[in-house]
Amino acid sequence: MHVAVVVFPGTNCEHDVDHALSLLGAEPELVWHRDVDLSGATGVVLPGGFAHGDYLRTGAIARFSPIMKEVERLAAEGAPVLGICNGFQMLCEAGLLPGATVANRDLSFICRHVDLEVTSTKSILTANATIGDILHIPLNSYEGNFVAPESEVAILESEGRVILRYHGENPNGSTNSIAGITNRGGNVAGLMPHPERASEDVLGSIDGRVLLESFVGSLEPVPA
Amino acid sequence: MTEALHRQLGMTDDEYGAVVEILGRSPNEPELAMYSVMWSEHCSYKSSRAHLGRFGHDQPWVVFGPGENAGVVDLGDGWLAALRIESHNHPSFVEPHQGAATGVGGILRDIFTMGARPIALWDPLRFGPLADPQNRYLFQGVVGGIAGYGNAVGVPTLGGEVEFADRFSKNPLVNVMALGLMREEQLVTKAAAGEGNVAILLGASTGRDGIGGASILASASFEEGDEEKRPSVQVGDPFEEKKLIEACLDLYERGLVVAIQDLGAAGISCATSESAAAGGMGMDVDLDAVHVRELAMTPGEILMSESQERMLAIVEPGDVDEALRVAGKWEVQVSVIGTVTASDQLRVTHGGRVVADIPAASLSENAPLYRRPVARPAHQESLWGDRPSLPGEIDLASALLRLLDDPALGDRSWIYEQYDHMLFLNTIVGPGHNGSLLRIKGTEKGLAVSTDGDSLRCYLDPRRGAERIVYESALNVAVTGSRPYALVDNLNFGNPEKPAVMWQFLETVEGIATACEELDVPVVGGNVSFYNETDGVDIYPAPVVGMLGFCDPMPTEPPRLDRGLAGMAIWLIGPESGEDFAASAFSRIVLDHIGGRPQAPDTDTARAVISHASRLAFEVPVLHDVGAGGLAVALAEICMKSDVGASVDMDEWQPLFDETPHRFIAVAPDEVDLAIDDVPVRRLGTLGGGTMNFGARGDLDLGEAHHIWYHALRRRVS
Amino acid sequence: MRYVVSITRKAGLADPEGTTTAAALTNLGYREVRDVHFGRTIHIEVTDGTSTERIDEMCRILLANPVIEDYIVEEV
Repeated sequence: MHVAVVVFPGTNCEHDVDHALSLLGAEPELVWHRDVDLSGATGVVLPGGFAHGDYLRTGAIARFSPIMKEVERLAAEGAPVLGICNGFQMLCEAGLLPGATVANRDLSFICRHVDLEVTSTKSILTANATIGDILHIPLNSYEGNFVAPESEVAILESEGRVILRYHGENPNGSTNSIAGITNRGGNVAGLMPHPERASEDVLGSIDGRVLLESFVGSLEPVPA
Repeated sequence: MTEALHRQLGMTDDEYGAVVEILGRSPNEPELAMYSVMWSEHCSYKSSRAHLGRFGHDQPWVVFGPGENAGVVDLGDGWLAALRIESHNHPSFVEPHQGAATGVGGILRDIFTMGARPIALWDPLRFGPLADPQNRYLFQGVVGGIAGYGNAVGVPTLGGEVEFADRFSKNPLVNVMALGLMREEQLVTKAAAGEGNVAILLGASTGRDGIGGASILASASFEEGDEEKRPSVQVGDPFEEKKLIEACLDLYERGLVVAIQDLGAAGISCATSESAAAGGMGMDVDLDAVHVRELAMTPGEILMSESQERMLAIVEPGDVDEALRVAGKWEVQVSVIGTVTASDQLRVTHGGRVVADIPAASLSENAPLYRRPVARPAHQESLWGDRPSLPGEIDLASALLRLLDDPALGDRSWIYEQYDHMLFLNTIVGPGHNGSLLRIKGTEKGLAVSTDGDSLRCYLDPRRGAERIVYESALNVAVTGSRPYALVDNLNFGNPEKPAVMWQFLETVEGIATACEELDVPVVGGNVSFYNETDGVDIYPAPVVGMLGFCDPMPTEPPRLDRGLAGMAIWLIGPESGEDFAASAFSRIVLDHIGGRPQAPDTDTARAVISHASRLAFEVPVLHDVGAGGLAVALAEICMKSDVGASVDMDEWQPLFDETPHRFIAVAPDEVDLAIDDVPVRRLGTLGGGTMNFGARGDLDLGEAHHIWYHALRRRVS
Repeated sequence: MRYVVSITRKAGLADPEGTTTAAALTNLGYREVRDVHFGRTIHIEVTDGTSTERIDEMCRILLANPVIEDYIVEEV
């Protein structure tokens, strides 16, 4: 198994994702954003952070990094592509997922655990979960408020592509409490909260594991 | 060169005379600018340096004490920790967001200059009361600046502490502590070595920002209208810093760096001279090679610019190409600006002309040294005599609610939820408990940190106050299972030219030094911030200590405030007096009284309690230091976080609110006996129910307490 | 020559800065305020003769996110 964890200048969750995936038996490898060959990868994670300083718009400059062509190719071929937080924002900017994220409703950065409800299992991120599961996972963002044109939201909802929703209080004003979505194929998924931060008992929650296990379980073995 | 210029730059006539003597001639303008900043209070510690030798740091685990960019201690098995504390007080008053942000950036550079990856930050803060809109603006700006920079640069902020008092209204304090971790082979220092080695400048381009910031902003008092000094403020770029961190760590890993120094106050002039002087060498510097962001900068401006996010690395000539390639990979700008020489001179050229030629060491080693007059303030005796007069009986529940409604005692999550405090997956105990606890992945080791201060207690008695914050900080790391291992201090004071302020300073130094000796804790670094005076009013003496604790192994389930369960027994471990009300939260809030003399610490008890706490941390689910607000607030915090009430038997109300030092609460299953020989231990009661029940003295609904406590700070900032 | 690009949030999408600022102005007594929209202004220096169409293209490719943002290009 070989997961490419893409590092942009300003990315900061790459080592955390690497650590959490390794604990689950995956073989992640950090890949610099200027690399242009992901032929050995069976899946990709775009981790959180502040790629290119979040300047212009979150994810706006990152989507033009050389490696994104390869990410788009893998996504088109049906390989699992996961965007976490800033990575989710890049997937939206790149058009691999619909919508965008804007500043939190209360205009404050939010770093705390939130409750997520699993609302669909038809994605590489939620395949191993059960609909209705409540997962306690840290959110860590200033621009985590998901928005999309009404028509786009209606399509996401009707096609069951909202995979995770904030449960109880909506922390950031996100449309329909959306925390995570997937594409039509279910192989490209993005979420604002950080499952890697809830993957060990010692960190206070292991609820992120089921999501990362789903992702790892969806990877094809590396061709011999 | 007129004499007026040196005065404009904040130098005395005597200091100017000393420069002339060193050079054997009058300095030119760039040279004078360099001396004026390097000899400023901020850079040279000229009022404090004579006294800082009082701090000890010769424990065998100390790798570097004060003098390098950060203190470094040995954690065994090849692991080293680097720690440092700094202040950014005046810049944060002038522009709170950028002032706080660049403070974070500066301290991080001090850490990765040593070879360590910065792994966590803490921010002790002081502001005026939040009822004043200007104080709210400063507070929100500072918290936003710390969050904005710290989160984006990718270093978690694990907490800090905060106080609000009138004396900080026009002089907020913004201190920041950073911790770094490295393998021993990555350790580097600032000492330039090797004639012919090359100096390269890494990072942001050099502009006109922040020129003279250290001398103008950080080394003089403030007066009405000084907001005009805004142009001296720098703007931070966390993205540039993040790239710089990764580039530097990569350079160290490849063994490409002989020495490295960050650029802070006085920019290139300070970094080049310090690096050369530390190595006993000289340096030739070509300003034409510096990558600048503005046209037509004068040599003085390039030398003195305090543009942020820059580092000066010394590399061997054969490694230059490789170093440039590594910097390029991380998209960091770099220029080759100088050469290490055997001359002892710092020689700076611009446009083919020598614009400065001075002994490199003279900027630091020949800096002025003052033994300022010292006198105990006239009002000190009367302050001590003005003891709080306690009522015979009180309404316990309403008194406790008033304390929980204080913004400094209420829930601080409004602050720390704006900080990423989880990045790197090392945070085992985060903000909202006692000390922070971090794991070192791949080992069983843990690092604990607590930052502590109590400016009101230090005002009433600086020596006792200072000793007590050291003991409190030690207890805060002990309850995570760690032993106190090293300390850094940030000494925030008023105008040192006032004998009363110097008395406060010297008493504080003595207090910190004494307590550290008693605990066998080295003082591995610190910062002195004088001239925290606005319109003639000095701040309270406000020393802040940052204690590093170390454990190996780390407790598998370290105590937290939220692990209490109904049925568990509540124990008080440590002395009870019912008498220490001077500087207590009860006196300040309920009695509206400031006066009296705080109890002296008891060193034997302190040591015994601290070591008992670090043992118990491996056995019991909840340990909590008893600090501001006394037993009542400490107990309420456990109840609110664990969401369970308590029944407590107390004959008197006073022991619930006094602040006798060296105590903590332990909560453990009913059958566990926590008694021990050398420390007073008393069972207070039991957790359970939905109220805090004080027997005949009434009870307090937990939901109501939580509501008041949760909104105490929030409602004052929104 | 120089162009100024003004970018604003598309009508109907959440604009927390705008909403918060509008409420603050209303609280201060500016009852005439009906709505506030936040945006960004980008100044672009280009070689003389660069057409508005080129700038428009830059907006579509990078500077604005057409999913959530509208923009106006002006030569100054």
